[in-house]
Amino acid sequence: MRVLVKGAGVAGLTVAWQLYRHGFDVTITERAEKVGLGASGFAGGMLAPWCERESAEEPVLMLGRSAADWWEAAVPGHVSRRGTLVVAAGRDAGELDRFARRTSGWEWLDAAAIAELEPDLAGRFPKALFFRQEAHLDPQRALSALTAGLEEARMRFLFGADGTQDAARYDRVVDCTGAARIGVLPDLRGVRGEMLYVETPEINLSRPVRLLHPRHPIYVVPRGRNRFMVGATMIESADGGGITARSLMELLNAAYTLHPAFGEARLTETGAGIRPAYPDNLPRVSEHDGTLHVNGLYRHGFLLAPAMAAEVARRLLAEQARPERRAS
Amino acid sequence: MLKLYDKEVRSRLLLGTARYPSPAILAEAVRRAKAEIVTVSLRRETAGGKAGGAFFELIHALGVHVLPNTAGCHSVQEAVLTAKMAREVFRTDWIKLEVIGHHDTLQPDVFGLVEAARILTGEGFQVFPYTTDDLVVAEKLIEAGCRVLMPWCAPIGSAMGPVNPMALRTFRAHFPDVPLIVDAGIGRPSHAAGVMELGYDAVLLNTAVAGAGDPAAMAEAFALAIDAGRLAHAAVPLEPRDMAVPSTPVIGKAVFS
Repeated sequence: MRVLVKGAGVAGLTVAWQLYRHGFDVTITERAEKVGLGASGFAGGMLAPWCERESAEEPVLMLGRSAADWWEAAVPGHVSRRGTLVVAAGRDAGELDRFARRTSGWEWLDAAAIAELEPDLAGRFPKALFFRQEAHLDPQRALSALTAGLEEARMRFLFGADGTQDAARYDRVVDCTGAARIGVLPDLRGVRGEMLYVETPEINLSRPVRLLHPRHPIYVVPRGRNRFMVGATMIESADGGGITARSLMELLNAAYTLHPAFGEARLTETGAGIRPAYPDNLPRVSEHDGTLHVNGLYRHGFLLAPAMAAEVARRLLAEQARPERRAS
Repeated sequence: MLKLYDKEVRSRLLLGTARYPSPAILAEAVRRAKAEIVTVSLRRETAGGKAGGAFFELIHALGVHVLPNTAGCHSVQEAVLTAKMAREVFRTDWIKLEVIGHHDTLQPDVFGLVEAARILTGEGFQVFPYTTDDLVVAEKLIEAGCRVLMPWCAPIGSAMGPVNPMALRTFRAHFPDVPLIVDAGIGRPSHAAGVMELGYDAVLLNTAVAGAGDPAAMAEAFALAIDAGRLAHAAVPLEPRDMAVPSTPVIGKAVFS
């Protein structure tokens, strides 16, 4: 079966990889000139389904718990399994208890245990939640590695093309173009997310740290080479313009609360992306106008794309086995 | 029925729409609470063009009255501008007016609040001011044209419940004919029942529902508590006394036990 995958973000590349593994003949088209220029490039890259369960429904945990294994198999060496540390400033200590009540898979750490895990946070927080099973990756590097793997497998990439003209040459089209389908796919909306990068040699963190706050919870993800990603806002809007001063201030304030040395860090990059989401904030594979759509990954692109890719493969394998029953 | 400016509603629970796990859960919460008014905050980037359109369509699809708010505005000018954008987006003259004085505590700037209320009522808005329990400020808001008052019962998001019931009683007694909605500080249904027993007309909530483990179930719990509190107020509850009082006459009883 010849399959056209539209979109080379985390969804498209993941689907392409999964289909390639099942022996499909796959071509990828991408409107931009390289991979991961949409929301995927702004992602935190946290494979943290236990933490996400705080505000997400059960399927996010069920579908996301094997994501780290999937990424480790697809891009060996890119997954860092060092868990997630969750802390709160003194006055927001109640938020930690609330977080603990709504999640599972954690253990309480006292100040000494925090210092052992992240020496640079020593003495800053009396207690923390540690989600030992969680992992993270660097989205840009993981997508580059996945692309390299696909190119090595002689997968065809067509950049600067949206694939519409060629669709007839394929047996099946899988649309993974995310936020570009807002206004086209029913019920799909955009949730704006803003993030920034800072650089400082004064702090070392070896795992993502989440700082809870009733209004502006943030995470800081170490990216190596003294770089840290700080994210991310959640705004009900499909406006893709640059970060606002207010959001910048909120993110930096929170980073500074985590560690004052972030006050001296260099701000190296800011960005804003549009997360595509359905009303239940859960992703789905759906049939629309004869095309299979993978969309609605919301803030769970790297976490849930593997499960969506598996679902696409399952459907196409079933169609291949019984071509007369293909849905249309 | 509760009359708020030109509209009448049956439900005494106004629900905020922020920070639910998903819009689907928000919709379920509104349904189970039988809420008829939701409040929606408008940020600049949301108002820009059709950017926030999809979320606002979801709000409109709830089929309830929308009370836009100026949450997060720190100056009169910002609040007035946001109110005007909200009128365009939601096609309503209603506005829940917040002018925040402290970024930190979210305490209302009551001076800015009165000034903004005066400007907005002058432009035809129907203002629902989020204020403290200060009587003089409330009088100034009435003078400025407000016909509804929304005092806090504790700081926003604190979930502490009424921290000064005495002030709330005085407030109610001082404005017997103004619809009073307790806005901010409610954490549990028992808090909501408590302020309704004091004779308040309605309760506005967001975090207490959105942040609950099961927001939709909590929304329903609040609706029940609010109805109970209102019914209790109408039924005239007993006032507390210092001494125990037996509930049946004791004279003539053979044995005291």
